[in-house]
Amino acid sequence: MPPLIRFENLTLGYERHPAIHHLNADIPAGALVAVVGPNGAGKSTLLKGLAGELRPIGGRIHLPDLPRGGIAYMPQRSEMDQSFPVSVFDMVAMGLWRELGPFGGLSRAQRHRVENAIEAVSLSGFEARQIGSLSGGQLQRARFARLILQDAPIILLDEPFAAIDARTVEDLVHLILHWHAEGRTVLTVVHDFEQVRRHFSTCLLLARELVAFGPTSLVMTDALLARARHLSEAFDENAPECHVAEAA
Amino acid sequence: MSLNELLFAPFADFGFMRRALAGCLALSFGATPVGVFLLLRRMSLMGDAMSHAILPGAALGYLAFGLSLGAMTIGGILAGLVVVFAAGLVTRASVLKEDASLAAFYLLSLAAGVMIVSLRGRNLDLLHVLFGSVLALDDQSLLLIASITSLTLFGLALLFRPLVLECFDPSFLRAVSRLSPVAHYGFLLLVVFNLVSGFHALGTLMAVGIMILPSAAARLWTRSLPAMLLFASLSALASSIAGLLFSFHADVPAGPAIVLMCGLVYFASLIAAPGGLLAGRLPSRKHLES
Repeated sequence: MPPLIRFENLTLGYERHPAIHHLNADIPAGALVAVVGPNGAGKSTLLKGLAGELRPIGGRIHLPDLPRGGIAYMPQRSEMDQSFPVSVFDMVAMGLWRELGPFGGLSRAQRHRVENAIEAVSLSGFEARQIGSLSGGQLQRARFARLILQDAPIILLDEPFAAIDARTVEDLVHLILHWHAEGRTVLTVVHDFEQVRRHFSTCLLLARELVAFGPTSLVMTDALLARARHLSEAFDENAPECHVAEAA
Repeated sequence: MSLNELLFAPFADFGFMRRALAGCLALSFGATPVGVFLLLRRMSLMGDAMSHAILPGAALGYLAFGLSLGAMTIGGILAGLVVVFAAGLVTRASVLKEDASLAAFYLLSLAAGVMIVSLRGRNLDLLHVLFGSVLALDDQSLLLIASITSLTLFGLALLFRPLVLECFDPSFLRAVSRLSPVAHYGFLLLVVFNLVSGFHALGTLMAVGIMILPSAAARLWTRSLPAMLLFASLSALASSIAGLLFSFHADVPAGPAIVLMCGLVYFASLIAAPGGLLAGRLPSRKHLES
Protein backbone atom coordinates (compact mmCIF):
# COMPACT_ATOMS: atom_id res chain seq x y z
CA MET A 1 0.00 0.00 0.00
CA PRO A 2 1.45 3.41 -0.93
CA PRO A 3 2.10 5.84 1.92
CA LEU A 4 -0.61 8.38 2.69
CA ILE A 5 1.75 11.21 3.55
CA ARG A 6 5.27 11.48 2.18
CA PHE A 7 7.84 14.00 3.35
CA GLU A 8 10.39 14.39 0.61
CA ASN A 9 13.58 16.21 1.57
CA LEU A 10 11.32 18.62 3.42
CA THR A 11 12.67 21.83 4.90
CA LEU A 12 10.35 24.03 6.93
CA GLY A 13 11.24 27.17 8.81
CA TYR A 14 10.92 30.86 9.41
CA GLU A 15 12.90 33.62 7.70
CA ARG A 16 15.44 31.25 6.08
CA HIS A 17 16.15 29.55 9.42
CA PRO A 18 15.08 25.95 9.16
CA ALA A 19 13.07 24.51 12.03
CA ILE A 20 13.30 21.13 10.35
CA HIS A 21 15.50 20.33 7.40
CA HIS A 22 15.85 17.54 4.87
CA LEU A 23 13.17 15.37 6.39
CA ASN A 24 12.31 12.17 4.55
CA ALA A 25 9.58 9.91 5.89
CA ASP A 26 6.56 7.95 4.68
CA ILE A 27 3.49 7.83 6.87
CA PRO A 28 1.17 4.96 6.01
CA ALA A 29 -2.58 5.41 5.95
CA GLY A 30 -4.21 4.73 9.29
CA ALA A 31 -1.02 5.25 11.29
CA LEU A 32 -1.09 6.55 14.84
CA VAL A 33 2.11 8.55 15.15
CA ALA A 34 3.52 10.26 18.22
CA VAL A 35 5.74 13.16 17.18
CA VAL A 36 8.41 13.53 19.88
CA GLY A 37 11.58 15.50 20.40
CA PRO A 38 13.16 18.15 22.61
CA ASN A 39 11.92 21.73 22.79
CA GLY A 40 12.49 23.55 19.53
CA ALA A 41 12.85 20.30 17.62
CA GLY A 42 10.37 21.42 14.98
CA LYS A 43 7.41 19.30 16.06
CA SER A 44 4.82 22.09 15.89
CA THR A 45 6.40 23.37 12.69
CA LEU A 46 5.96 19.97 11.06
CA LEU A 47 2.25 19.95 11.92
CA LYS A 48 1.85 23.52 10.67
CA GLY A 49 3.47 22.53 7.40
CA LEU A 50 1.14 19.55 7.07
CA ALA A 51 -1.88 21.70 7.83
CA GLY A 52 -0.85 24.08 5.06
CA GLU A 53 -0.22 27.04 7.37
CA LEU A 54 3.48 27.14 6.50
CA ARG A 55 4.95 26.89 3.03
CA PRO A 56 8.03 24.62 2.74
CA ILE A 57 11.38 26.37 2.20
CA GLY A 58 12.53 23.30 0.32
CA GLY A 59 11.37 19.82 -0.56
CA ARG A 60 7.77 18.66 -0.68
CA ILE A 61 4.92 17.21 1.30
CA HIS A 62 2.94 14.73 -0.75
CA LEU A 63 -0.64 14.49 0.42
CA PRO A 64 -3.59 12.63 -1.01
CA ASP A 65 -6.26 14.69 -2.77
CA LEU A 66 -8.46 15.87 0.04
CA PRO A 67 -11.29 18.36 0.08
CA ARG A 68 -10.62 21.47 2.14
CA GLY A 69 -11.09 20.55 5.78
CA GLY A 70 -9.91 16.99 5.07
CA ILE A 71 -7.08 17.64 7.49
CA ALA A 72 -8.28 18.54 10.96
CA TYR A 73 -5.58 20.52 12.75
CA MET A 74 -5.70 21.47 16.39
CA PRO A 75 -2.94 23.98 17.11
CA GLN A 76 -1.40 24.18 20.55
CA ARG A 77 -1.96 27.86 21.03
CA SER A 78 -5.36 28.33 19.53
CA GLU A 79 -6.40 31.71 18.23
CA MET A 80 -9.81 30.98 19.72
CA ASP A 81 -11.26 33.95 21.57
CA GLN A 82 -12.59 32.41 24.76
CA SER A 83 -14.48 35.53 25.76
CA PHE A 84 -16.64 35.33 22.62
CA PRO A 85 -20.34 34.86 23.47
CA VAL A 86 -20.91 31.39 22.06
CA SER A 87 -22.34 28.26 23.67
CA VAL A 88 -20.65 24.88 23.86
CA PHE A 89 -23.26 23.45 21.50
CA ASP A 90 -22.65 26.10 18.84
CA MET A 91 -18.89 25.84 19.19
CA VAL A 92 -18.96 22.05 18.75
CA ALA A 93 -21.46 22.32 15.87
CA MET A 94 -18.89 24.41 13.98
CA GLY A 95 -17.18 21.07 13.33
CA LEU A 96 -19.94 20.42 10.78
CA TRP A 97 -18.76 23.28 8.58
CA ARG A 98 -17.69 20.93 5.80
CA GLU A 99 -21.29 19.67 5.56
CA LEU A 100 -23.11 22.90 6.27
CA GLY A 101 -21.00 25.62 4.69
CA PRO A 102 -21.87 29.23 5.39
CA PHE A 103 -25.65 28.89 5.01
CA GLY A 104 -26.81 25.35 5.78
CA GLY A 105 -29.09 24.79 8.74
CA LEU A 106 -28.75 21.96 11.22
CA SER A 107 -30.96 18.99 10.43
CA ARG A 108 -32.43 16.93 13.23
CA ALA A 109 -29.88 14.18 12.51
CA GLN A 110 -26.99 16.64 12.62
CA ARG A 111 -28.28 18.14 15.86
CA HIS A 112 -28.24 14.63 17.23
CA ARG A 113 -24.67 14.09 16.07
CA VAL A 114 -23.60 17.28 17.84
CA GLU A 115 -25.22 16.00 21.02
CA ASN A 116 -23.50 12.64 20.60
CA ALA A 117 -20.12 14.29 20.12
CA ILE A 118 -20.67 16.33 23.26
CA GLU A 119 -21.62 13.17 25.10
CA ALA A 120 -18.54 11.36 23.77
CA VAL A 121 -16.32 13.90 25.54
CA SER A 122 -18.44 13.74 28.72
CA LEU A 123 -19.71 17.29 28.44
CA SER A 124 -23.42 16.41 28.42
CA GLY A 125 -25.35 19.03 30.31
CA PHE A 126 -22.90 21.76 29.28
CA GLU A 127 -24.52 22.41 25.87
CA ALA A 128 -25.93 25.82 26.77
CA ARG A 129 -22.91 26.96 28.78
CA GLN A 130 -20.79 29.77 27.43
CA ILE A 131 -17.32 28.55 26.45
CA GLY A 132 -15.85 31.35 28.54
CA SER A 133 -17.12 29.59 31.67
CA LEU A 134 -15.34 26.30 30.92
CA SER A 135 -12.18 25.13 32.67
CA GLY A 136 -9.07 24.37 30.62
CA GLY A 137 -9.82 20.66 30.60
CA GLN A 138 -13.47 21.15 29.68
CA LEU A 139 -12.53 23.47 26.82
CA GLN A 140 -10.09 20.88 25.50
CA ARG A 141 -12.93 18.33 25.64
CA ALA A 142 -15.12 20.68 23.63
CA ARG A 143 -12.37 21.12 21.03
CA PHE A 144 -12.15 17.34 20.74
CA ALA A 145 -15.92 17.12 20.28
CA ARG A 146 -15.60 19.57 17.40
CA LEU A 147 -12.83 17.38 15.94
CA ILE A 148 -15.16 14.37 16.10
CA LEU A 149 -17.69 16.20 13.92
CA GLN A 150 -15.03 17.39 11.48
CA ASP A 151 -14.80 13.73 10.53
CA ALA A 152 -11.41 14.23 8.86
CA PRO A 153 -9.31 11.35 7.51
CA ILE A 154 -6.14 13.05 8.77
CA ILE A 155 -6.00 14.51 12.28
CA LEU A 156 -3.11 16.64 13.57
CA LEU A 157 -2.93 17.40 17.28
CA ASP A 158 -0.30 19.74 18.68
CA GLU A 159 0.29 18.93 22.35
CA PRO A 160 -3.35 18.19 23.12
CA PHE A 161 -2.47 17.20 26.69
CA ALA A 162 -0.50 20.26 27.78
CA ALA A 163 -1.75 21.60 31.14
CA ILE A 164 -4.70 19.19 31.21
CA ASP A 165 -5.75 17.12 34.23
CA ALA A 166 -4.98 13.40 34.29
CA ARG A 167 -8.61 12.27 34.05
CA THR A 168 -9.21 14.38 30.93
CA VAL A 169 -5.97 13.17 29.34
CA GLU A 170 -7.11 9.60 29.87
CA ASP A 171 -10.48 10.29 28.19
CA LEU A 172 -8.89 12.14 25.29
CA VAL A 173 -6.30 9.42 24.68
CA HIS A 174 -9.23 7.05 24.52
CA LEU A 175 -10.78 9.15 21.76
CA ILE A 176 -7.52 9.24 19.81
CA LEU A 177 -7.27 5.45 20.01
CA HIS A 178 -10.85 5.26 18.81
CA TRP A 179 -10.02 7.45 15.77
CA HIS A 180 -7.07 5.15 15.09
CA ALA A 181 -9.37 2.13 15.23
CA GLU A 182 -11.67 3.85 12.74
CA GLY A 183 -8.76 3.93 10.29
CA ARG A 184 -7.97 7.64 10.52
CA THR A 185 -4.38 8.83 10.32
CA VAL A 186 -3.43 10.67 13.49
CA LEU A 187 -0.24 12.64 14.20
CA THR A 188 0.08 13.90 17.74
CA VAL A 189 2.82 15.91 19.39
CA VAL A 190 3.29 14.38 22.83
CA HIS A 191 5.72 15.43 25.57
CA ASP A 192 5.09 12.71 28.10
CA PHE A 193 7.28 9.73 27.15
CA GLU A 194 5.24 7.45 29.40
CA GLN A 195 2.09 8.20 27.38
CA VAL A 196 3.98 7.63 24.15
CA ARG A 197 5.21 4.22 25.24
CA ARG A 198 1.78 3.20 26.56
CA HIS A 199 -0.48 4.29 23.71
CA PHE A 200 1.40 4.99 20.47
CA SER A 201 2.72 2.21 18.30
CA THR A 202 4.70 4.49 15.97
CA CYS A 203 7.07 7.31 16.81
CA LEU A 204 8.66 10.10 14.84
CA LEU A 205 11.63 11.49 16.75
CA LEU A 206 12.69 14.95 15.61
CA ALA A 207 15.57 17.22 16.51
CA ARG A 208 15.45 19.74 13.65
CA GLU A 209 16.09 16.71 11.48
CA LEU A 210 14.75 13.20 11.54
CA VAL A 211 16.45 11.19 14.28
CA ALA A 212 14.34 8.07 13.97
CA PHE A 213 10.96 6.94 12.69
CA GLY A 214 9.42 3.56 13.33
CA PRO A 215 7.95 1.33 16.02
CA THR A 216 7.97 3.08 19.39
CA SER A 217 10.06 0.37 21.09
CA LEU A 218 12.87 0.91 18.56
CA VAL A 219 12.67 4.73 18.57
CA MET A 220 12.26 5.55 22.25
CA THR A 221 15.63 4.15 23.28
CA ASP A 222 18.04 5.95 25.59
CA ALA A 223 20.66 6.15 22.85
CA LEU A 224 18.34 7.79 20.28
CA LEU A 225 16.77 10.16 22.79
CA ALA A 226 20.22 11.25 23.92
CA ARG A 227 21.18 11.81 20.30
CA ALA A 228 18.08 13.95 19.76
CA ARG A 229 18.95 16.04 22.82
CA HIS A 230 22.51 16.47 21.63
CA LEU A 231 21.46 17.47 18.09
CA SER A 232 19.06 20.04 19.38
CA GLU A 233 21.65 21.55 21.77
CA ALA A 234 24.30 21.69 19.06
CA PHE A 235 22.12 23.84 16.84
CA ASP A 236 23.86 27.08 15.84
CA GLU A 237 21.74 30.14 15.07
CA ASN A 238 24.55 31.62 12.98
CA ALA A 239 25.25 28.49 11.00
CA PRO A 240 26.43 28.91 7.40
CA GLU A 241 24.14 27.93 4.55
CA CYS A 242 23.18 24.29 4.38
CA HIS A 243 24.54 22.55 1.32
CA VAL A 244 22.63 19.29 1.26
CA ALA A 245 21.34 18.91 -2.28
CA GLU A 246 17.69 19.98 -2.60
CA ALA A 247 16.98 17.34 -5.23
CA ALA A 248 16.45 14.05 -3.47
CA MET B 1 -44.64 70.68 30.89
CA SER B 2 -46.87 67.72 30.16
CA LEU B 3 -45.62 64.30 29.17
CA ASN B 4 -46.92 64.95 25.68
CA GLU B 5 -44.93 68.16 25.35
CA LEU B 6 -41.87 66.47 26.79
CA LEU B 7 -41.81 63.28 24.71
CA PHE B 8 -44.14 63.41 21.72
CA ALA B 9 -44.80 66.98 20.66
CA PRO B 10 -41.26 67.63 19.37
CA PHE B 11 -41.62 64.76 16.92
CA ALA B 12 -45.28 65.49 16.08
CA ASP B 13 -44.75 69.20 15.48
CA PHE B 14 -41.41 69.34 13.71
CA GLY B 15 -40.50 67.60 10.45
CA PHE B 16 -36.75 67.86 11.09
CA MET B 17 -37.17 65.94 14.34
CA ARG B 18 -39.03 63.15 12.53
CA ARG B 19 -36.30 63.01 9.89
CA ALA B 20 -33.65 62.87 12.57
CA LEU B 21 -35.58 60.07 14.26
CA ALA B 22 -35.80 58.10 11.01
CA GLY B 23 -32.07 58.58 10.42
CA CYS B 24 -31.24 57.38 13.93
CA LEU B 25 -33.56 54.40 13.55
CA ALA B 26 -31.65 53.38 10.43
CA LEU B 27 -28.27 53.91 12.11
CA SER B 28 -29.32 51.88 15.16
CA PHE B 29 -30.11 48.85 13.03
CA GLY B 30 -27.24 49.25 10.57
CA ALA B 31 -24.23 50.87 12.17
CA THR B 32 -24.78 49.43 15.65
CA PRO B 33 -24.75 45.72 14.65
CA VAL B 34 -21.55 46.43 12.73
CA GLY B 35 -20.24 47.98 15.94
CA VAL B 36 -21.06 44.76 17.82
CA PHE B 37 -18.77 42.83 15.50
CA LEU B 38 -16.11 45.54 15.72
CA LEU B 39 -16.20 45.12 19.49
CA LEU B 40 -16.09 41.32 19.30
CA ARG B 41 -13.19 41.45 16.84
CA ARG B 42 -11.38 43.72 19.31
CA MET B 43 -11.33 46.41 16.66
CA SER B 44 -13.21 49.10 18.58
CA LEU B 45 -10.36 51.56 18.29
CA MET B 46 -9.77 50.65 14.67
CA GLY B 47 -13.30 51.74 13.89
CA ASP B 48 -12.33 55.08 15.35
CA ALA B 49 -9.14 55.14 13.29
CA MET B 50 -11.04 54.32 10.12
CA SER B 51 -13.55 57.07 10.74
CA HIS B 52 -10.64 59.52 10.53
CA ALA B 53 -9.37 57.80 7.41
CA ILE B 54 -12.58 58.79 5.63
CA LEU B 55 -11.90 62.50 6.12
CA PRO B 56 -9.60 63.26 3.13
CA GLY B 57 -11.98 61.57 0.69
CA ALA B 58 -14.94 63.51 1.98
CA ALA B 59 -12.85 66.68 2.02
CA LEU B 60 -11.67 66.16 -1.55
CA GLY B 61 -15.26 65.63 -2.66
CA TYR B 62 -16.18 68.80 -0.84
CA LEU B 63 -13.28 70.71 -2.38
CA ALA B 64 -14.20 69.65 -5.88
CA PHE B 65 -17.97 69.80 -5.78
CA GLY B 66 -18.88 71.83 -2.72
CA LEU B 67 -21.31 70.49 -0.16
CA SER B 68 -22.54 67.69 -2.41
CA LEU B 69 -23.86 64.55 -0.76
CA GLY B 70 -22.79 62.26 -3.59
CA ALA B 71 -19.26 63.60 -3.98
CA MET B 72 -18.52 63.53 -0.28
CA THR B 73 -20.03 60.06 0.12
CA ILE B 74 -18.12 58.54 -2.76
CA GLY B 75 -14.93 60.32 -1.71
CA GLY B 76 -15.32 59.06 1.86
CA ILE B 77 -16.00 55.49 0.78
CA LEU B 78 -13.04 55.48 -1.61
CA ALA B 79 -10.65 56.91 1.00
CA GLY B 80 -11.89 54.38 3.57
CA LEU B 81 -11.45 51.47 1.15
CA VAL B 82 -7.95 52.56 0.12
CA VAL B 83 -6.85 52.69 3.76
CA VAL B 84 -8.52 49.38 4.65
CA PHE B 85 -7.09 47.45 1.73
CA ALA B 86 -3.64 49.02 1.93
CA ALA B 87 -3.50 48.21 5.63
CA GLY B 88 -4.78 44.68 4.97
CA LEU B 89 -2.11 44.15 2.34
CA VAL B 90 0.64 45.36 4.66
CA THR B 91 -0.68 43.14 7.48
CA ARG B 92 -0.73 40.01 5.38
CA ALA B 93 2.58 40.61 3.62
CA SER B 94 4.82 42.13 6.32
CA VAL B 95 5.69 41.62 9.97
CA LEU B 96 3.53 44.58 11.01
CA LYS B 97 0.33 43.67 12.81
CA GLU B 98 -3.08 44.94 11.78
CA ASP B 99 -3.22 47.76 14.33
CA ALA B 100 0.21 49.13 13.41
CA SER B 101 -0.41 49.13 9.66
CA LEU B 102 -3.89 50.60 10.04
CA ALA B 103 -2.58 53.30 12.38
CA ALA B 104 0.10 54.26 9.86
CA PHE B 105 -2.39 54.62 7.02
CA TYR B 106 -5.09 56.40 8.96
CA LEU B 107 -2.63 58.94 10.37
CA LEU B 108 -1.44 59.74 6.86
CA SER B 109 -5.02 59.87 5.68
CA LEU B 110 -6.04 62.19 8.51
CA ALA B 111 -3.06 64.49 7.87
CA ALA B 112 -3.94 64.65 4.19
CA GLY B 113 -7.56 65.34 5.11
CA VAL B 114 -6.72 68.22 7.42
CA MET B 115 -4.41 69.71 4.80
CA ILE B 116 -7.08 69.50 2.13
CA VAL B 117 -9.63 71.03 4.48
CA SER B 118 -7.30 73.95 5.22
CA LEU B 119 -6.99 74.73 1.50
CA ARG B 120 -10.59 75.84 1.53
CA GLY B 121 -10.49 76.90 5.18
CA ARG B 122 -12.81 79.00 7.30
CA ASN B 123 -15.95 77.49 5.93
CA LEU B 124 -18.57 76.69 8.51
CA ASP B 125 -20.14 74.11 6.22
CA LEU B 126 -17.23 71.91 7.00
CA LEU B 127 -18.51 71.53 10.53
CA HIS B 128 -21.02 69.26 8.85
CA VAL B 129 -18.26 66.79 8.04
CA LEU B 130 -16.78 66.84 11.50
CA PHE B 131 -19.92 66.93 13.61
CA GLY B 132 -22.70 65.92 11.27
CA SER B 133 -26.12 67.48 11.02
CA VAL B 134 -28.68 64.99 12.21
CA LEU B 135 -31.24 67.80 12.59
CA ALA B 136 -30.81 68.87 8.96
CA LEU B 137 -31.06 65.57 7.11
CA ASP B 138 -32.54 66.06 3.65
CA ASP B 139 -34.34 63.40 1.61
CA GLN B 140 -31.17 62.37 -0.17
CA SER B 141 -29.17 61.88 3.00
CA LEU B 142 -32.00 59.99 4.63
CA LEU B 143 -32.30 57.73 1.59
CA LEU B 144 -28.55 57.14 1.64
CA ILE B 145 -28.53 56.19 5.32
CA ALA B 146 -31.53 53.89 4.89
CA SER B 147 -29.99 52.24 1.83
CA ILE B 148 -26.71 51.60 3.62
CA THR B 149 -28.62 50.09 6.54
CA SER B 150 -30.51 47.77 4.20
CA LEU B 151 -27.27 46.79 2.52
CA THR B 152 -25.67 46.20 5.91
CA LEU B 153 -28.45 43.94 7.17
CA PHE B 154 -28.32 41.96 3.94
CA GLY B 155 -24.52 41.78 4.09
CA LEU B 156 -24.46 40.70 7.73
CA ALA B 157 -27.04 38.00 7.02
CA LEU B 158 -24.89 36.67 4.18
CA LEU B 159 -21.61 36.88 6.10
CA PHE B 160 -22.95 35.95 9.51
CA ARG B 161 -21.51 32.47 9.98
CA PRO B 162 -18.05 33.10 8.44
CA LEU B 163 -17.87 36.40 10.29
CA VAL B 164 -18.66 34.81 13.65
CA LEU B 165 -15.95 32.22 13.02
CA GLU B 166 -13.52 34.88 11.82
CA CYS B 167 -14.02 36.70 15.13
CA PHE B 168 -14.19 33.63 17.34
CA ASP B 169 -11.63 31.22 15.89
CA PRO B 170 -9.93 32.53 12.75
CA SER B 171 -7.44 29.68 12.42
CA PHE B 172 -10.32 27.20 12.39
CA LEU B 173 -12.10 29.14 9.64
CA ARG B 174 -8.91 29.21 7.57
CA ALA B 175 -8.56 25.45 7.99
CA VAL B 176 -12.08 24.55 6.88
CA SER B 177 -12.89 27.14 4.26
CA ARG B 178 -11.61 29.78 1.89
CA LEU B 179 -14.03 32.36 3.19
CA SER B 180 -11.73 33.98 5.74
CA PRO B 181 -10.65 36.88 3.48
CA VAL B 182 -14.23 37.24 2.23
CA ALA B 183 -15.47 37.61 5.80
CA HIS B 184 -12.62 39.97 6.71
CA TYR B 185 -12.83 42.34 3.77
CA GLY B 186 -16.61 42.07 3.41
CA PHE B 187 -16.92 43.16 7.01
CA LEU B 188 -14.47 46.05 6.60
CA LEU B 189 -16.47 47.16 3.57
CA LEU B 190 -19.57 47.30 5.76
CA VAL B 191 -17.63 49.25 8.38
CA VAL B 192 -16.60 51.86 5.82
CA PHE B 193 -20.14 52.16 4.42
CA ASN B 194 -21.59 52.62 7.87
CA LEU B 195 -18.98 55.15 8.92
CA VAL B 196 -19.90 57.18 5.86
CA SER B 197 -23.60 56.86 6.61
CA GLY B 198 -22.85 57.76 10.23
CA PHE B 199 -20.86 60.86 9.35
CA HIS B 200 -23.78 62.41 7.49
CA ALA B 201 -25.80 62.25 10.69
CA LEU B 202 -23.28 62.44 13.49
CA GLY B 203 -20.05 63.55 11.81
CA THR B 204 -16.80 61.66 11.33
CA LEU B 205 -15.78 62.26 14.92
CA MET B 206 -18.96 60.90 16.46
CA ALA B 207 -20.15 58.22 14.05
CA VAL B 208 -18.21 55.56 15.94
CA GLY B 209 -20.01 56.48 19.18
CA ILE B 210 -23.33 54.97 18.13
CA MET B 211 -21.47 51.85 16.95
CA ILE B 212 -19.27 51.04 19.93
CA LEU B 213 -21.00 52.39 23.06
CA PRO B 214 -24.30 50.44 22.68
CA SER B 215 -22.30 47.33 21.76
CA ALA B 216 -20.14 47.58 24.86
CA ALA B 217 -23.25 48.04 27.01
CA ALA B 218 -24.90 45.05 25.32
CA ARG B 219 -21.86 42.85 25.96
CA LEU B 220 -22.23 43.57 29.68
CA TRP B 221 -25.86 42.43 29.78
CA THR B 222 -26.14 39.56 27.34
CA ARG B 223 -24.58 36.13 26.95
CA SER B 224 -25.47 35.21 23.39
CA LEU B 225 -24.69 36.96 20.15
CA PRO B 226 -28.30 37.36 18.89
CA ALA B 227 -29.33 38.86 22.22
CA MET B 228 -26.33 41.15 22.12
CA LEU B 229 -27.18 42.40 18.62
CA LEU B 230 -30.79 43.07 19.58
CA PHE B 231 -29.90 44.75 22.86
CA ALA B 232 -27.31 46.96 21.17
CA SER B 233 -29.70 48.13 18.45
CA LEU B 234 -32.57 48.80 20.84
CA SER B 235 -30.37 50.68 23.28
CA ALA B 236 -28.89 52.71 20.41
CA LEU B 237 -32.40 53.64 19.33
CA ALA B 238 -33.47 54.53 22.86
CA SER B 239 -30.34 56.64 23.32
CA SER B 240 -31.02 58.37 20.00
CA ILE B 241 -34.57 59.30 21.02
CA ALA B 242 -33.39 60.50 24.42
CA GLY B 243 -30.55 62.43 22.80
CA LEU B 244 -32.81 64.11 20.25
CA LEU B 245 -35.28 65.15 22.95
CA PHE B 246 -32.50 66.40 25.20
CA SER B 247 -31.08 68.38 22.29
CA PHE B 248 -34.53 69.81 21.50
CA HIS B 249 -35.43 70.90 25.01
CA ALA B 250 -31.99 72.00 26.20
CA ASP B 251 -31.03 73.51 22.85
CA VAL B 252 -27.72 71.65 22.57
CA PRO B 253 -26.20 70.01 19.43
CA ALA B 254 -27.96 66.74 18.65
CA GLY B 255 -25.01 64.57 17.60
CA PRO B 256 -23.05 64.89 20.84
CA ALA B 257 -26.30 64.61 22.82
CA ILE B 258 -27.06 61.23 21.22
CA VAL B 259 -23.56 59.91 21.83
CA LEU B 260 -23.65 61.15 25.41
CA MET B 261 -26.93 59.29 25.96
CA CYS B 262 -25.25 56.14 24.58
CA GLY B 263 -22.51 56.84 27.10
CA LEU B 264 -25.05 57.14 29.90
CA VAL B 265 -26.45 53.69 29.05
CA TYR B 266 -22.91 52.37 28.93
CA PHE B 267 -22.03 53.73 32.37
CA ALA B 268 -25.28 52.47 33.89
CA SER B 269 -24.54 49.04 32.41
CA LEU B 270 -20.97 49.17 33.61
CA ILE B 271 -22.26 49.57 37.14
CA ALA B 272 -25.38 47.44 37.19
CA ALA B 273 -25.03 44.74 34.51
CA PRO B 274 -24.12 41.12 35.30
CA GLY B 275 -20.83 41.57 33.46
CA GLY B 276 -20.10 44.92 35.10
CA LEU B 277 -18.26 46.32 38.07
CA LEU B 278 -20.69 45.56 40.91
CA ALA B 279 -21.55 41.99 39.95
CA GLY B 280 -19.47 39.59 41.97
CA ARG B 281 -18.40 42.31 44.39
CA LEU B 282 -21.66 42.34 46.30
CA PRO B 283 -21.44 40.42 49.57
CA SER B 284 -23.39 37.24 50.34
CA ARG B 285 -24.71 36.36 46.92
CA LYS B 286 -26.48 33.01 47.08
CA HIS B 287 -24.98 30.48 44.69
CA LEU B 288 -26.85 27.79 42.83
CA GLU B 289 -26.87 24.18 43.86
CA SER B 290 -25.11 23.04 40.69
